[in-house]
Amino acid sequence: MGTVLWQLRARAHQRLLAGMDTTPTQAPLVTPPEQATLYFASDAENSLSAEVLSLPLPPSPNARARAVLGKLLDLYAMPNAAHPVPGGASAIAQVFLLPAQDSSAPSPVSPAKDSKAGPLLAVVNLTGAFAAGHPSGLESETLTMLSICATLHANLPRVTQVRFLVDGQPRATLAGHADLTRTYLTADAVPTEGTHP
Amino acid sequence: MRWIDWMSDWVSHRCNGSIAARVGIHTAIIALALSIPASAQAPAAPASRFVVVLDAAHGGDDPGGSLRDSSGAVQPEKAITLALSVRLRSLLAARGIAVVTTRESDTSVDTGRRSEIANRANAQACISLHASQSGTGIHLFSSSLALAEPARFVPWKTAQAAWVTRSLALAGVLNSALLHAGMTVTLGRTAMPAIDSMTCPAVAIEIASEITADKAQSIGPGDAGYQARVTQALAAAILEWRTSATRTEAPHP
Repeated sequence: MGTVLWQLRARAHQRLLAGMDTTPTQAPLVTPPEQATLYFASDAENSLSAEVLSLPLPPSPNARARAVLGKLLDLYAMPNAAHPVPGGASAIAQVFLLPAQDSSAPSPVSPAKDSKAGPLLAVVNLTGAFAAGHPSGLESETLTMLSICATLHANLPRVTQVRFLVDGQPRATLAGHADLTRTYLTADAVPTEGTHP
Repeated sequence: MRWIDWMSDWVSHRCNGSIAARVGIHTAIIALALSIPASAQAPAAPASRFVVVLDAAHGGDDPGGSLRDSSGAVQPEKAITLALSVRLRSLLAARGIAVVTTRESDTSVDTGRRSEIANRANAQACISLHASQSGTGIHLFSSSLALAEPARFVPWKTAQAAWVTRSLALAGVLNSALLHAGMTVTLGRTAMPAIDSMTCPAVAIEIASEITADKAQSIGPGDAGYQARVTQALAAAILEWRTSATRTEAPHP
């Protein structure tokens, strides 16, 4: 009786496999590379400089923000980087995009502006390991944060404000110097030609 | 005229209910006050003096960054900033400048306390001293806060906003003096809790390694000779700041 059941099972399994069509019916989606502007920091010159790279960027703004910042930090983690910061792309845990509030006339009860066209606040959640391993220094920390702000604005022009978290929590400073509790304005981060941030 | 207030209170207490008596005695007090020469009245407030606040960053259980000198030994940033503060204080005191320091030993001082010390001193210049392994030369930073109009009540975290223009001017004077001393200097603006809460011209100075002219050697911030040259240049700059025509009265609300 057991043998009969086993044989019936095997035949049913083979019928099931014969009925399955494993031929792929749709080609995998490959995002074409796009031009992305990254603002690289230089410790020697205490400045930011813009470079355009070709990167495959996802369509979602949140994922796009995370992708450009991940590339930026990957390059900072490479040997002989002009602004050496260990960590790489994994240092960015999440990037949240929220409607930015007008700081000149805050109103807690007023409805948010049209979120599809208005300015955005980017909340960049860094990992604790990144903050712990970041070089401690005014110049180094300031350049890291300003390059993140400038890169976000260059690729997502609606991002006008940036705030930082570490492991999802507010933190006083990045590595002992630069203030992480303030809301950074991207207009202050993007350098004009020939000036330092 | 505090004694007049005291006399008025005494008269009111003594002459309860007697309005005529109070009026008469008040009239006598006023006549007496007007007859006293102005020179015998309360002394004039002393002229404001030039005060510099030196803030040696970190300290105590906050070592700051770790800096490696030419021999490979590691020094905490707090030790270097304290050494710089002591040197600069001596140079300024020798030139007759009043100096207030946020710490004079390896003690913990939080950022709020540092700003409080600076603000209570009513200083004409506040210098926050830092040291770093990153970059080269001297990095001068002023607050990145947007300029704001002076007001009677200001938010603690952005108190420096009314002083940004003068802080930038102070940074310019420091920059000139350091360049004149042959040092590499970069200027920038940053968000730093200590100076953002200071109500005085405030600049953060970060001393990084110096590369020798032949690029053969890197001199770290812990080097005594390097510290001496930096503090000499800073002292000269502060003297220049004191005598500079750009030093105006504080922006009162």
